[in-house]
Amino acid sequence: MESLKAIINAACAPEIMFTAILLVFFFLFPPNDWFYKASKKLGLNKLWTKNGGIGIFVVMILFFAFGLSDDNFRLIVIKPDNVPIVGLLFLVVFFLWLSLKQAWENDKRIEEGKPPAEADDAKEKVLVWPDLVYIELIALVVISALLLVWAIGLGAPLEEPANPTVSPNPSKAPWYFLGLQEMLVYFDPWIAGVVFPTVIILGFMAIPFLDNNPKGCGYYSVKDRKMAVSIFLFFWLVLWIFLISTGTFLRGPNWNFFGPFEYWDPHKLVALTNLNLSELIYMIILKRPLPENIFLREAGGFIVMGIYFGLIPLILAKTFLKDVYQRLGPVRYSIFIVFLLLAISLPIKMYLRWGFNIKYIIAIPEFFFNI
Amino acid sequence: MSEGNNKFLENFKKTQLYRAIFRTGGAPISTHKQRILVTLNNVFLHLHPIRLPKHAVKVKYTWCMGGLSFFVFLVLTITGILLMFYYRPTVEYAYGDIIDLSEQVPLGLMREIHRWGAHLMVITVWLHMFRVFMTGSYKPPREFNWMVGVILLVLTMLMSFTGYLLPWDQLAIWAITVGSNMAGATPLLGASGPGASLLAIGDVNFVHAASDARFAMLGGRFVGEGALLRFYVLHCIGLPFVIMIFMIVHFWRVRKDGGISGPT
Repeated sequence: MESLKAIINAACAPEIMFTAILLVFFFLFPPNDWFYKASKKLGLNKLWTKNGGIGIFVVMILFFAFGLSDDNFRLIVIKPDNVPIVGLLFLVVFFLWLSLKQAWENDKRIEEGKPPAEADDAKEKVLVWPDLVYIELIALVVISALLLVWAIGLGAPLEEPANPTVSPNPSKAPWYFLGLQEMLVYFDPWIAGVVFPTVIILGFMAIPFLDNNPKGCGYYSVKDRKMAVSIFLFFWLVLWIFLISTGTFLRGPNWNFFGPFEYWDPHKLVALTNLNLSELIYMIILKRPLPENIFLREAGGFIVMGIYFGLIPLILAKTFLKDVYQRLGPVRYSIFIVFLLLAISLPIKMYLRWGFNIKYIIAIPEFFFNI
Repeated sequence: MSEGNNKFLENFKKTQLYRAIFRTGGAPISTHKQRILVTLNNVFLHLHPIRLPKHAVKVKYTWCMGGLSFFVFLVLTITGILLMFYYRPTVEYAYGDIIDLSEQVPLGLMREIHRWGAHLMVITVWLHMFRVFMTGSYKPPREFNWMVGVILLVLTMLMSFTGYLLPWDQLAIWAITVGSNMAGATPLLGASGPGASLLAIGDVNFVHAASDARFAMLGGRFVGEGALLRFYVLHCIGLPFVIMIFMIVHFWRVRKDGGISGPT
């Protein structure tokens, strides 16, 4: 039992968990034809059937049941403000299953030359009174009952009175912002807390203008809009839900990583061996002191950024994303690729940190300008 | 008993009072025409169309999340109004009032419903966005309504964030401290953000800890009296006002853009 817990603790480490997710993600949520076929061949689409759903649900329940037998796990998961996130995890998985089940069923119908199931339903018209109103009523009664039971069963948390001189360790933002706080591990506050939220909001608002595929409106489908679904699910499941869960359940004192069955030891020591790209280039590779001039010192970082945002979009437009470029045209493609590269910069920064201990690519602390 | 009740109801429906309130009058809703009139003649129901394609009423298609978000918002408004009777947004009283809420006030469940409802609304709004994406419902002609939806999602989180401070306990002020520190890092506008030190004439900095974005948000250099009042006003009046306007546009556009999405 203890060894199983140790294995799970180790597997939950961000670098391992995230890599595992990356490896399976595109097979589960195929972005193109090749992955779509591979997904079918491997039988992964069977997850999105009734039996698959029951399987996923049973595994989740078993994990939580097993976890709740552990004191450390229980301490974090049962914390009143964390309960909604446990609920959120189950709901997200359930609705992911529900949408993909219908999507794969519709895909099959479309392959057979039939319209999606929604189109069959849509032929019939029903009156709002009573057909919609009674569904709304039931939904309201159910949610009211749920809220009432929840409110009676679980008291709202109230800690000690506010004391500006005693800061709790860890100090956490409200749970829906913990994805942003988790990004603080890899980026400075001005990026993780200001630029990225702005980019996320603008990026989400831009979705209807960047996805100009006319197919797939008004019914669940994967096949008709593979890339859109795959990219969105990557944001939603990995960069949103996964980061929030990590920030909530797996980050303890000093924002150190703790496995789900690990005691939150405030004295856990984690070696800080991070260095900046400029230090790597000058001090380790060239074996000489850092230059005085800021721009000379950070030249390597600026070149990397220039290549990343200047050259890579051009190369991608000619190669992997040729179709996308043709469909979107230069303006939309530019916007699309900037959003995409900004989003991918997070995993890249993660791996630079895990693999090479790189802290900043450009580090100008003189102006608080660190990337 | 039901016989008597029915009789009473039938008689009541014939009164002038009943007919004055309900435009359809007392006739039983049994015919096709009357079912249409019920929706048409009621200000709340007329948010709906008269009839819908069948897929649009199926829970497996809609997940009910949009409607539930609105419903939870109403629950939060009602419980919030009740809470406002007892809560004073000052450093002196806030925490004590929260304790009194659960210990002295009859039906002291309102704070629980309000807090869990707030979490629930964040979740239902997210899931609503998830559903809208998975059905491709942001595609033309619904692009603008998707954008309004994103703004509503952000406002929902801001509502929740501002409310988080009000209990004035350790959880509250440190969560807001963590959150508001990020505002201090805003490029150019935050004292600890990149470029802020460039906005200076000689030795005089324009952007410093008492004039930057964080200060504007907190009404002070740290989370204190000013921040509590600011968050209280935003939470109870400011943001609800804004969110209502966006909700009106959102609901209206759902109808104007052709109702709920469906296969063409």
